[in-house]
Amino acid sequence: MRGALSGLSSTSWISTFLKRPGRWKTACRGVLSVSHSQARALVAGSGSVPPAGSNFRSGARRECLPEALLVPWTSSVRFPSTRSDREDCPPRLPVSRICVLLPLAVRRLIWKPVREGESTPPRCELQNMGHYSALAVAMEAFREHRGWKRVWRSPEPRRRYDVIIVGAGGHGLATAYYLGKNHGITNVAVLEKGWLGGGNTGRNTTIIRSNYLQDASAAIYEKARALYETLSQDLNYNVMFSPRGVLMLAQTEHEVRGYRRTAHANALQGVETEFIEPGRVKELCPIIEVRGPRYPVLGALWQPRGGTARHDAVAWGYARRCSQMGMDIIQKCEVTGIRTAGGEVSGVATTRGDIDCGKLGIVVAGHSGHLANMAGFRLPVESVALQALVSEPIKPCMDVVVMANTVHGYMSQSDKGEMVIGGGADGFVNYTQRGSFSHIEETVRALVETFPMISRLKMLRHWGGIVDMTGDRSPILSRTPVGNLFMNCGWGTGGFKSIPGSGWGFAELMAKGESPLCAEFGLDRFREGRFIDESVAAGVAH
Amino acid sequence: MLILTCPCCGIRCDETELAPGGEAHLKRFGPGSSDEEFEDYLFMRANPMGVHFERWLHVYGCGKWFHAARNTVTLEVYGTYPAQVHAPPQEIRDMISTRVPGWRWKDDS
Repeated sequence: MRGALSGLSSTSWISTFLKRPGRWKTACRGVLSVSHSQARALVAGSGSVPPAGSNFRSGARRECLPEALLVPWTSSVRFPSTRSDREDCPPRLPVSRICVLLPLAVRRLIWKPVREGESTPPRCELQNMGHYSALAVAMEAFREHRGWKRVWRSPEPRRRYDVIIVGAGGHGLATAYYLGKNHGITNVAVLEKGWLGGGNTGRNTTIIRSNYLQDASAAIYEKARALYETLSQDLNYNVMFSPRGVLMLAQTEHEVRGYRRTAHANALQGVETEFIEPGRVKELCPIIEVRGPRYPVLGALWQPRGGTARHDAVAWGYARRCSQMGMDIIQKCEVTGIRTAGGEVSGVATTRGDIDCGKLGIVVAGHSGHLANMAGFRLPVESVALQALVSEPIKPCMDVVVMANTVHGYMSQSDKGEMVIGGGADGFVNYTQRGSFSHIEETVRALVETFPMISRLKMLRHWGGIVDMTGDRSPILSRTPVGNLFMNCGWGTGGFKSIPGSGWGFAELMAKGESPLCAEFGLDRFREGRFIDESVAAGVAH
Repeated sequence: MLILTCPCCGIRCDETELAPGGEAHLKRFGPGSSDEEFEDYLFMRANPMGVHFERWLHVYGCGKWFHAARNTVTLEVYGTYPAQVHAPPQEIRDMISTRVPGWRWKDDS
């Protein structure tokens, strides 16, 4: 997994060089031997990066160089570019050799290799998964990027762990990460039946916001959003958090009233949101048709620090840190049964053998009901398909996230230029992870009225994910009837945005037995009638 | 796309013509029942991977409720039948048994 490369490639010229290491080398020679501005010129005129030496001395580019730079260049370091040159000059240390040796020397100075039998360094050092930095990228450039290690280990399962998390999606990995980071529990396995981040973590539309009506929801979603702000630094992995702002359009009078109420609630909760008028909406997102024949934009709930992040990178970043802490991430390992003894969980049966555990956390989104059945209880959730699609990449045209809940559609533009479009959820139980044409039609038909310019856009891909919906559209983070077995499910259509907050709270719940973030989200709220009703406030598109 | 035949008017209709109504054959609990039973009836759902019985409303058609037997993993439809029953009819059960060996109707309801 070359996660490092994909994580760091947001700056396009870096990625150009990462893909073509030879070119990087050539340019580096230029960087070291000519001035910074000339290096920039080299990068800008990327079609004709000259081989070191020759071009600068004799080519047309010489005319562009200031004389002052040319003097020391020609007088001190001459490059033997032709046979006659070589005969003329005395042999000198070639710059290309300096470029290779100098970084090695620098690395030698700042990086102390670990020898056998030395005092125990942190485990991450031993596994040599290193620290990602601009320096590391530069270092790797000199060996043509062949030194990157795998981002996480793939060990064989051990016989027993203190804690087993079922499900290596964003929520499961975040739970494992905060178990280790906040509570010092690192004897943890994360089991995944497929591949890491291959479920809803890799299928959502990457929207992050926290403008919820109810206090309990706002608390956990705002915690998550706040953690996203510094997640790249915490994980030392670029999750490409982009707080570009989220607009939730009010297209009916009912929604206007609803969002005004939410804005007031958010003001009390300390979540920064604002209800804005149509003129401001048009300013923020010029491609919107606010007058619309059927769905006029009457205003919007604006959260300026909402946005998007790269969903795969969130899972990969957490996985890397978990692996560095010594946790085992075991993929292609499906849980087939849950073993209990005396009303408490004792372990799981998997396709790779039985594994014992002290505590078990089930974080499997759409398959929660299935695993609860294995443990012998039922959940108030139903698993339904939620669908999304992306268009062909186009030039930047929209730098905010727009959600239109009345028409069941939401849209943002990815860094690649694709318009990422999400639709509504189905109303019937389904485990197929497939999309349906009726949903494409429904979603796109509605969005075209709000965004007329997308009417001739071609769609590239379309997919479905299985989400677990509760009656009040709020999640369940709870103990269960089985001792030491904890459930984190019911995120429905709003899972991705809450990953860090969910992991934070659920880890605390698993470690200490209670957590203020999760207190309201217990399974018993259904019996007691303490619903956290978000279905009215934001029931369509989370 | 999910296509069901409405047993009331006989029309083959796709999901856009229908409104889903959730799990079928729930046993109702009301006044006088225990908290557990009431909670179970109101909120807890089987949500199975595999054979599932559901209520559907032919909303843009005859307007009648009916039941469907479906597989939630393969999306195979075993059949539809009128809503005025407490359990799936025998021919639907036989159909499912031939398609899913080992399947049994839960007799507890």
